[in-house]
Order: sequence, then C-alpha cells, then structure tokens
Amino acid sequence: MKPVPELRTETMTINMGPQHPSTHGVLRLVLTLDGEVVQSADVTVGYLHTGIEKTAEQKKWQQVVPLVERMDYLDAQSNSLSYALSVEKLLALEIPARVQDIRVLIAELQRIASHLVWLGTHAMELGAVSVMLYCFRERELLLNINELVAGFRLFPSYIRVGGLREDLPRGFHEAVTAFLDGFPPKLDEYEDLLTKNEIFVSRTQRVGVVTLQDALGWGLVGPIARASGSTYDVRKAFPYLTYPSYDFNVPSAPDGDVYARYQVRIQEMRESVRICRQALQRVTPSGAWAAADPRVVPPPKDKVYTEMEALIQHFLIYSQGFTVPAGEAYVPVEGARGEHGVYIVSDGTNRPWRIKMRPPSFLACQALSSVIAGSMIADVIAVIGSSDVVMGDVDR
Amino acid sequence: MDAPDIIAALNPLVPGVSYEAASTPDCATVYVPVVGLVRTCGALRDSLGFEVLVELTAVDYLPRTPRFEVVYHLLSIANRRRVRLKVRVEAGDGVPTVQGVWPSAGWPEREVWDMFGIPFDGHPDLRRILMPEEWEGHPLRKDYPVQIRKATDTYEPLQVTEEAFRANIERDRFTRTKPS
Repeated sequence: MKPVPELRTETMTINMGPQHPSTHGVLRLVLTLDGEVVQSADVTVGYLHTGIEKTAEQKKWQQVVPLVERMDYLDAQSNSLSYALSVEKLLALEIPARVQDIRVLIAELQRIASHLVWLGTHAMELGAVSVMLYCFRERELLLNINELVAGFRLFPSYIRVGGLREDLPRGFHEAVTAFLDGFPPKLDEYEDLLTKNEIFVSRTQRVGVVTLQDALGWGLVGPIARASGSTYDVRKAFPYLTYPSYDFNVPSAPDGDVYARYQVRIQEMRESVRICRQALQRVTPSGAWAAADPRVVPPPKDKVYTEMEALIQHFLIYSQGFTVPAGEAYVPVEGARGEHGVYIVSDGTNRPWRIKMRPPSFLACQALSSVIAGSMIADVIAVIGSSDVVMGDVDR
Repeated sequence: MDAPDIIAALNPLVPGVSYEAASTPDCATVYVPVVGLVRTCGALRDSLGFEVLVELTAVDYLPRTPRFEVVYHLLSIANRRRVRLKVRVEAGDGVPTVQGVWPSAGWPEREVWDMFGIPFDGHPDLRRILMPEEWEGHPLRKDYPVQIRKATDTYEPLQVTEEAFRANIERDRFTRTKPS
C-alpha cells in the first residue's frame, strides 16, 4: 500500500466584524484558525468611541445625565443611577425613601429590559429566532413604561442628581402591575423553548468555560462571575438605595460555561420581578420625588410661575448649574452586566473635572480572546453572546 | 478599614515604601509612590485579599505638578472592602504595569496610554485602543482641544475610463476563449 503523503496544513486568518450581525455592534475579531479550531483571537475595539468622557467635562453636572445614559445603551439607567449616586455622595444629599424605592424599581425594570435584549439576540445567534421576537415583544412593554414615565423610550434621563425628574405619572402602577403579572409566564415560555432544547444545550454546555479565578482576575464581577460560582453582588455586598430592606436572592451557578450564564441571567430576571413587586407596593402614587435641597433640585413648575424666589432658583440652576464640593467619589451599582460605577472628580465648580465610567463590557471584551482561544469557531458566537457586551459601553 | 489601617497593614509587608492617606467620602484612599507600586499591589492581593481590580484610570490635574494621577480601584469580595490607590505621575514619566498582579489591567492601561499618554513600563502590548492607531495627541488631557477639525479619511474609488474598461473586458474574453 502506498504511503499517504503528509498533508500540508496552514493556519487561516479570518476577519470577523466590525460589520457582522453577531458581534453586537462593532466588535472586530481577527481569528487565526487551524481547521475549525481557533488558535488565537485578536479583539479590536474603538469603532464606537464618541468621547463621552471628554464631552462630559465641558457640561454642567446635571447635563451629564443624558450623556452617561448613552454609554451602555441597553442598561441606560444603571449608568445614570451610579452617576447620580456618586454626585450625591459628594453633595452629601439625603434622598427621600420614596425616591430610593422608585429608583430600585426603575433599576430592576431596566435590568429585565437589558436581559431581554441579551436573551433574544443570544438565542437568535444560536438559531432560536422565535425567542428573539418574543423577547423584544416583552421589552416593548418596558419601553412603553419608560415612555410613560419620562417621554423617552431608551434614554429616559428620569434619574437625576438629587432625585427624579418629576413625580410618577398617572397610570404608572397599572402599567407596571400589568407587566409584572404578564411577564413570569412569558419567562416560563422562553425557558420551555431553550432550557431543555437539545440544540441550545449542546451548543452552550461546556462551551466558553471561565473559572472563578479567571473571572475575578479579568475583573468580570457580575453575571459572568456569578455563573462561575461567585456570589458577589453589589446590591448585597455594598448596599445602596433601599436594597437591604428587599427580600431577594443572588442567583449563582457553578459551571462557568455559556449555559450557566444563561441560567444565572434567567434567574436574575425572576428575582428582579420579585424586587419590583415589593417596590411597587411601597411606592405611593404621589409624594416626594426629589431631595429637599433648593441648591440642586429645581423648584416645581407651579411655584416658578407664582413665587419670585422659586423663579430665581429655577433660573440659577438652569443657567449656572450647581457646584459640587471638591473631591472624588465612586459609587458602584449592580447593573445588568455587572458592576457599573462612575468615578467622578470635582474641583468644586459647576462642571465635573473628570468622569470615568467603569465599563463591564470593556473588561468582558478583554477577556474574550483568552476564552475563545482553543475553542471551535462555531462557539465564538456563543461566547460573545454570553458575555453580553454592549459596544457603547466598551468604547464610550 | 480606613486608609491608616491599610497603611499600617502594608508597612510590614512592603518595607521601604512610604504611603500617604487621603480623606475621601466613599472609600479609603492611599497614595503610593511609583517605585513601590507593583510590590504594594502584590501585597494587597495576596495578604489583604484585594483580588479584583475593578477600575483603572487616570486624572489630569493640569496645571498642578505632578500633573497626573493614576487611580486604581480595588475590591476585596471576601472582606467586602474597597480601596483606592493613587500614583502621582509627572508628564512624560511612566508607571509600571500591574498586569502581573491582575490580568484585567491590560486594556485599562492601554486606554490610559491612549487617552492621557502615560506609558506603562513592562506592558506587553501598549497600543492605542479607542483612538485610531495613527492618531496624534491624547484626547483626555486637559490641554487637548475639545473640538478639532480633521479632514475625513476617504478612499476614492478607482477611476477607470470607458476605453480602458472595454479593453480590459476584451482582453479577459480573449484569454478565456483562446487559451494560449
């Protein structure tokens, strides 16, 4: 028998992105392939850099809120919440309990909305297209609630420094109750479609495994670390707002693979529904919606039209802004992608000296190349989807 | 654990390095000299349990000298504790990389280099990350202009005359039908 001639093999370099439907925006990967196995992946970011941090240095403190919401555009209100908390820390403002409960409610609804986009796109990339349609159907209800509250669907800028933009609108409780009643059965439906779906399970289990040590080393505190066995959650470890008085669990899974991240995020949505129900019971339809501090919070509109002092105050806040004592603060919150936090530096004037967002997606992107290396090329999509990166958050 | 407590715990672990406490309303802040940075970070991770580097950035305090501060936010999950390290850097000086202690420092250090022009000594891959590679200047420096005009990079499509186009097609047809 003739000896088989030795096959000449060489690696192939494939460019994936920045224009690629499965890279969640403009992520670019340069993959070196040996057959179907990824030898190395070079992750390139920066295509969506808009210089928000530089822009924010030119704005007044209250004008930064809409800017930071545009960083992580799927989890907008975690950004503005951590920004508001950091500024309030420097101002040493007392925030009324009702405002804190509303913020908890808004933050949890935002988490559900963000996870729904993650679930829909992740499942679609793995072939379950109908899940995407269902998830976006439910997210639409949450966007409607945003529209009801603030007149804006994606970036409501409802959370302001010192409290909220205005009081809750009429019909808010009904809208949220309708969503909370309807959502858990829908979540069961998604689980029916995915949790035991053989295609989904075989494409996600034992794929993209991240050990707990790696997750912490890469700074992936959040759902990714919790899917690797961590129990760290900012809401429990460094409580903010009124979270200590809420009854909820922190979901965790030991396996560290793509499937574990799916399980953790699904459970997080269920816990968020629990928190929302408790918050909704506490929040009265009307009441205080901001701190009682005339330096920071603009007076109500009816007083602006009838009282001279209120008119002056209104004019001062909107023309000069307010000053924040010199210093620095970093108050993190548990966002949908992990620890969101805004590090602010004030020089005592009405404009921030420096704003720095802690970007969970940036660190997740950094870890991608080491997670992908050695896996099959088909798993690349599953890993990117499960890290839930938002390029607006990466590039800022 | 306040900044003085952390300094008291660090002093026997990292001899020969003098720390400085700062008062901030949110968490303990410790100034670290550049020379002792990596040893301090190693001691904080191994002995004091700060296993996560949550955030690394820099602040430009123009016109103060030293001009920059590189800021590290550390987190200890087991002890539920945070600490902020700060390193004062003069323009043009470098800071040693802490990637050996926390691998997550890699990209944030690239970002600081990109945005502030602070080099990280020993960084294996210190390239720009957010701005294009050929960009000039470091945008988050305070003396960098907020609005600049820059000609757009465009690529003109190849201009081919009609004659050249036809000749091209004819030549192609000839070789396809009549191989030489």
